[in-house]
Amino acid sequence: MLILIAVLTLSFIAGSFGLILGYAAIRFKVEGNPIVDQVDALLPQTQCGQCGFPGCRPYAEAIAKGEAPINQCPPGGENTIAALADLLDVDALPLNDEHGEHSDVPLVAVIDENNCIGCTLCIQACPVDAILGSAKHMHTIIESECTGCELCLPPCPVDCIDMLPVKQTLADWKWAIPQFRERDAHVR
Amino acid sequence: MSANPGLHRFHGGLHLPDHKQESLTRPLEHAGIPDQIILRVNQHIGEENEPQVKVGQRVLKRQVLARSSEFVSAPVHAPTSGIIRAIEKRPVAHASRMSADCFVIEPDGIEEGLEPPSPIGSAHRIDKKDAILRRIREFGIVGLGGAAFPTAAKIETADRYNIKTLIINGAECEPYITCDDILMRSDPLKVLRGIASLQLILQPRETLIGIEDNKQAAIAAMQDALDKLGLDNTRIVVIPTLYPSGGEKQLIRILTGIEVRSGQLSFEVGVFCQNVGTCAAIARAIEENEPLTSRIVTVTGPGVRNPSNWTAKLGTPVSWLIEKAGGYSVDEPMLVMGGPMMGLELESDQIPVVKATNTILVLDKRDQPTVRECVRCGQCTEACPAQLLPQQLYWYSRSRQFDHAEQYHLFDCIECGCCAAVCPSHLPLVQYYRFAKGEIWEQRRKTWKSDQSRRRHEFREARIQKQKALEEERRRQKREELARKKAAESGDQSDTKPPAANQDLVKAALERVKARKKSADEAPRNTTDLTPEQQRQIDEADQRRRQMNKDKQ
Amino acid sequence: MILSSPFVNPSAATSRMMLNVLLALVPGTIAYVWYFGMGLIVNLVFAIAFALLFEAIILWLRKRPLKPYLSDYSAVVTAWLFALCIPMHSPWWLVATGIGFAMLAGKHLYGGLGFNPFNPAMVGYVVLLISFPKEMTTWFQPIPISQDSLGLIDAFAYSLGMLDSAAWDSLTSATPLDLHKTGLSMNLMSSEIRQSPMFGDFGGIGWEWIANWWFIGGLFLLYKRAIRWHIPVAMTAGLLVPATMAYVINPDSVASPAFHLFSGGFLLGAFFIATDPVTASTTHRGRLIYGFFIGFMIFVIRSWGGYPDGVAFAVLLANMCVPLIDYYTQPRVFGVKPPEER
Repeated sequence: MLILIAVLTLSFIAGSFGLILGYAAIRFKVEGNPIVDQVDALLPQTQCGQCGFPGCRPYAEAIAKGEAPINQCPPGGENTIAALADLLDVDALPLNDEHGEHSDVPLVAVIDENNCIGCTLCIQACPVDAILGSAKHMHTIIESECTGCELCLPPCPVDCIDMLPVKQTLADWKWAIPQFRERDAHVR
Repeated sequence: MSANPGLHRFHGGLHLPDHKQESLTRPLEHAGIPDQIILRVNQHIGEENEPQVKVGQRVLKRQVLARSSEFVSAPVHAPTSGIIRAIEKRPVAHASRMSADCFVIEPDGIEEGLEPPSPIGSAHRIDKKDAILRRIREFGIVGLGGAAFPTAAKIETADRYNIKTLIINGAECEPYITCDDILMRSDPLKVLRGIASLQLILQPRETLIGIEDNKQAAIAAMQDALDKLGLDNTRIVVIPTLYPSGGEKQLIRILTGIEVRSGQLSFEVGVFCQNVGTCAAIARAIEENEPLTSRIVTVTGPGVRNPSNWTAKLGTPVSWLIEKAGGYSVDEPMLVMGGPMMGLELESDQIPVVKATNTILVLDKRDQPTVRECVRCGQCTEACPAQLLPQQLYWYSRSRQFDHAEQYHLFDCIECGCCAAVCPSHLPLVQYYRFAKGEIWEQRRKTWKSDQSRRRHEFREARIQKQKALEEERRRQKREELARKKAAESGDQSDTKPPAANQDLVKAALERVKARKKSADEAPRNTTDLTPEQQRQIDEADQRRRQMNKDKQ
Repeated sequence: MILSSPFVNPSAATSRMMLNVLLALVPGTIAYVWYFGMGLIVNLVFAIAFALLFEAIILWLRKRPLKPYLSDYSAVVTAWLFALCIPMHSPWWLVATGIGFAMLAGKHLYGGLGFNPFNPAMVGYVVLLISFPKEMTTWFQPIPISQDSLGLIDAFAYSLGMLDSAAWDSLTSATPLDLHKTGLSMNLMSSEIRQSPMFGDFGGIGWEWIANWWFIGGLFLLYKRAIRWHIPVAMTAGLLVPATMAYVINPDSVASPAFHLFSGGFLLGAFFIATDPVTASTTHRGRLIYGFFIGFMIFVIRSWGGYPDGVAFAVLLANMCVPLIDYYTQPRVFGVKPPEER
């Protein structure tokens, strides 16, 4: 008899909580961005393919489905991994070296105009249409739109594209974090 | 005169030892023409100037050397006559220690000047107002309180609002700085006439001249001049000496009680602030037809022998002024442009004076204290005039949690340095905040760029899809046509060129490039077939270079 | 490295603040020795020595330079306060264990000075209180009552375990707070308990005067601006408000407010322990809440808790609440409208 009472009481408690939670799930549902958009917003949009996926959006979709780890994006580096870990509530992993190295200095592609033959192969390769030009006319890279993905280097038959660091100007210089002899070790 | 009652107060602030007497014992003098003038091309906040003169050109005093056509800009004028020896990157006063474009002028000592324009006469207020504004813009006037914001742009923007109160900033709250003090003592009428021009343009209901009470001589001189000139609805308000009373938001609060909202312009509450030095520059521009080519600079500090004030031409190297002030008095001087609380460290004394240079402060490098850990004492919170929690901003900046730092109103920090000055652990708090702000701005730029890249990529994908669809459509139509004409036609309908011809062209092009690259490695490509004119120019350049090298030794 | 402004710092350094605290502790310490003998001196010597030793070892393990961290006197202050909290004539190993815990688990495990959320001296004390209840309740009578005490050499020998402790048992006794609590639990009236010779005018003999000297030391710290008034005042209010109310309702079943104020470690706690800036709340309003909470908890623990004095536990409980208190007591920022007006 006692056992019956106990079972009924617990079932009643479980049932009421279930109802409350169900009601809360519907009544207080938050309409937010689907997770894919949120992940994509954190990726650097270089569209370089180093992660193994053809662009940032496919990688974002894979992460959202749980099919890919978050540490495969070299242009994003540690900052992106940390942001993704924060968003998805998982542990931040170190960058997977097999996919490439992270460079703190941003690079842009530059075409050596003396050697360009106007073949348009690089234009077709650029994922963000940052190269201006047409067949048998000079090609040039729009520096402000180039993401440094390096996808234009392999197709060029005359190897006239170089990756150069972006010059820092007075406008985008920033203060460094203070560092002191006694505390150097643990300041990130 | 003691501080007026009925003034408001702001939270925090510091009573600092003001160190002003040292540089006020000597009268204001002219620093003269230095051996070399290094005039920075850009001397204002806003759009970049473009040089209007060439190397080798002789320029006259007051001639425009660089200007920009953008709204927020101010032209730069030659401070004396001479020859432009170079337009090149030179070390300038910037925290990055990077160089910027400067005119290197060799003065000829003659001081030959351009003919000044005709004085502003017209009787109509509106015409006069336009003429004054044009003059202020043409003559390169910028805010001389340290910000160097183009005054014409500021006034024109303010004019769109209803300005009720004109506040003239004579507070000069930072220790060591006395250039405004000595200006008000020696030429108060000029300051007031500049104020009169502002009053003509903005038509405020009242004008308040705020001066700290540690400047009794300046207050007396200004009051005398004000009685003589008799400006309407203008009065001098003596405020208690407290750092940073001279900050715009703090001064507005003290004089009017208004608290300018975070992110709001002071114009939106009907207030326009201007520094006394800028007012004097406006008066010089309008009455003496002088563009901004010189300013008063205080040379002071424990590291200089005779602290004093100098009227220095823009472009004067700091070393020239220090020599005028008796030279260094310490072995390891530390140079600061500006005051001890908000100034900028200079890495060499070859850096020149610009429009924003109000002080050259020479400190002793060995006076830097040991930095310890934050003990969460909260003294920074008590001192902060913006009523922030500097401690929290420190912890979040240090741990790179920039979103939290922003939530704690990091961007409301005016970087006055009160928190760092009171910190018992000597933490460089302001540097942490500047670091955090820089990181946040960079993050915003990166986000904007990546959004842009994403849009371009998506557009490209859409375009390719559309093209594919069109191709598919065309092929389908062609197939149908073929099917219809199958019986009548014979032979190929292919619309591609024979592949062989195409490949030949490509191969030829590749050969050309290889040959060119090979010859590029061997010899410079542009020194054969020179015209005599080109050869002459090259020889001249070589000679100049040799001359410069010789001069350097 | 590029330095940023400001380039002057007129404030007193952290080490100067710590030295002021030590200076303020001296009068009370002298009174303590006057009333209770050399036991405190022995405690102090061992506590300070072990504190510096442990700190040096930990710093060396953490690969940090010793001099800047040892010379800020924070270890000395922790050791001094700790020595004042534990019974006089404590065995040397008790002191060592307690201060070791304070340095390690109370301070360096979190990253050193400035990073610890819990007051190190209180951490050490509480660890000892729970682990060694017998040693931690072996207090000695004040000299005016026992008329006998150990000399300095004897005190050292006693602490090192070289003397026969049984010979000195007659000098031990419970603290006045402990006596009061035990008396109440035996249904004695408060006024009856107060008749015991261990009680003076408003607190325990000796203890009440030591408390006065803590108060004077606290005033010195306020004058020197090493501490602010918010925490001591709020703590006193937190204690006196419920104490007075309870005393008015039923004077015989609780101690008088004056007794509460001048007994145990209250005044030491109010001016020296709760005001530890690293572990206390940081905003002014937050400090008022923090102090009141501590005072209130001290009253609660003393009246209904299992321990005679609740200062240490109250402080640690309040330390836990500090992040929450700080979050909800942020001051209004210049130029930002308060929520109601928006």
